[in-house]
Amino acid sequence: MSDNPTRPLIEMAAVSKFFGDFQALRNIDLVVHKGERIVVCGPSGSGKSTLIRCINRLEKHNEGIITIDGIELTDKVADIDAVRREVGMVFQSFNLFPHMSIIKNLMIAQQLVRKTPKKEAREIAMHYLQRVKIPEQAEKYPIQLSGGQQQRVAIARALCMKPKIILFDEPTSALDPEMINEVLDVMVDLADEGMTMICVTHEMGFARSVADRIIFMDEGEIIEQASPADFFDNPENERTSAFLDQILKH
Amino acid sequence: MSFDLNLVLESLPQMLAGFGITLKLLLVSGSLGLVLAIVLLLMRMSGKFYLDWLAQIYIYVFRGTPILVQIFIIYYGLPQFEAVRDSVFWSILREPTGCAILALTLNTGAYVSEILRGGVLGVDKGLLEAGSALGMSARHKLIYITTPLATRLALPAYSNDVISLLKSTALASTITIADMTGIARTIVADTYAPYEVFISLAIVYMIFTLAIQKLFGLFERYLSRHTRRED
Ligand SMILES: Nc1ncnc2c1ncn2[C@@H]1O[C@H](COP(=O)(O)OP(=O)(O)OP(=O)(O)O)[C@@H](O)[C@H]1O
Ligand SMILES: [Mg+2]
Repeated sequence: MSDNPTRPLIEMAAVSKFFGDFQALRNIDLVVHKGERIVVCGPSGSGKSTLIRCINRLEKHNEGIITIDGIELTDKVADIDAVRREVGMVFQSFNLFPHMSIIKNLMIAQQLVRKTPKKEAREIAMHYLQRVKIPEQAEKYPIQLSGGQQQRVAIARALCMKPKIILFDEPTSALDPEMINEVLDVMVDLADEGMTMICVTHEMGFARSVADRIIFMDEGEIIEQASPADFFDNPENERTSAFLDQILKH
Repeated sequence: MSFDLNLVLESLPQMLAGFGITLKLLLVSGSLGLVLAIVLLLMRMSGKFYLDWLAQIYIYVFRGTPILVQIFIIYYGLPQFEAVRDSVFWSILREPTGCAILALTLNTGAYVSEILRGGVLGVDKGLLEAGSALGMSARHKLIYITTPLATRLALPAYSNDVISLLKSTALASTITIADMTGIARTIVADTYAPYEVFISLAIVYMIFTLAIQKLFGLFERYLSRHTRRED
């Protein structure tokens, strides 16, 4: 896995995914290079979550090839583990471990997966808690934090594993409006530092200012890929314009 | 009809002499049953259909028949087989206590494995996905995520099962064991005073049940410490 600067970090070629008879992804081609910031949007059920969940194998694709940093995703557990060490994920519902303190949430995978010694794991955890600006919450349990704080902890937890890519699945959709910005701020910081990110979100302000490329999906297909300027100002596809009209109306 | 308080005061200490046996039946079959339940649970979750089926059939049989009948089958039925009498288990099965413990264990194991399965199924799948996304192996997820959360979820139903196990131990008296109920029956046979004796006995069981409830309540409180917002 030598770092070849020209090789894409994520390559999906003709990827399809079925749930029984239902086809959730149709022939997806997607290439993401190091440092790219991709925003994925589209109507509910269009396959956005399925797309990013295939990247870290939370879902198994049925056709096509997915290669992450040179590792092809197959049934091989060692390859799946290798990919998951490179790919972090942040969920809509935070998914913090409720029975562990915040600091423990950040340390556990470091200790188990990376075999980081406890002391060092704690230092790394505190470092990232500081970066998401809640070091004082370290000893609390998730339920004692606000939604925005919990989501920032979830981002810090992903960062503790030093991933090359972070996937976000609607990270602000479960938040009260007044907490959305504190989470988006953390994501903007990450983008500024050059993290490769794929972000499913309907926060169009964030998409416009942060994304290098916006992907619009509908019915399991990528309908349009464009820079924010083109995407918002001259969408090529009718379905994209219809979607934008819908979402920007609010 | 008069209520003879003296008789109560006399018979209580005698019945309490059987408390040790009742406690032994409860603790030994309770812990062996828990081990059995975990084995059955792992079989059901193994993803291997033959292990799953085997466990399901076992559970079906033991939940579908009265425990008293199971005790009788083990106590009266098994010694009929020479193979059983020749086996290493004979030293256990020739004793009524061994038979009672075996029957109670096999029975509670079936119930508790279903209770534990309910706990496992109740664990939020999102948490397991978060574990996977962090690179945790199936074993890590089982140990660090599923087990602690499922334990907490299963605890109220489990404490009910321990209480019903306590009450099932009384059935041991039907195969000559001198547990609290066995002793009470002997006293009744001597004194012809079932009313006083059995009411005293019932009160002893109630106190015992209360103690078990309190104990589990404390454990539940401990395991739920992270679900309280104020600390
Ligand atoms: N585990 C599953 N089993 C069956 N169907 C599924 C499963 N997961 C997703 N689907 C279906 O696949 C389609 C795509 O789902 P997906 O969650 O990827 O959509 P989405 O674009 O993320 O939608 P949303 O905006 O609502 O999150 C939907 O029709 C959904 O019902
Ligand atoms: Mg989704």
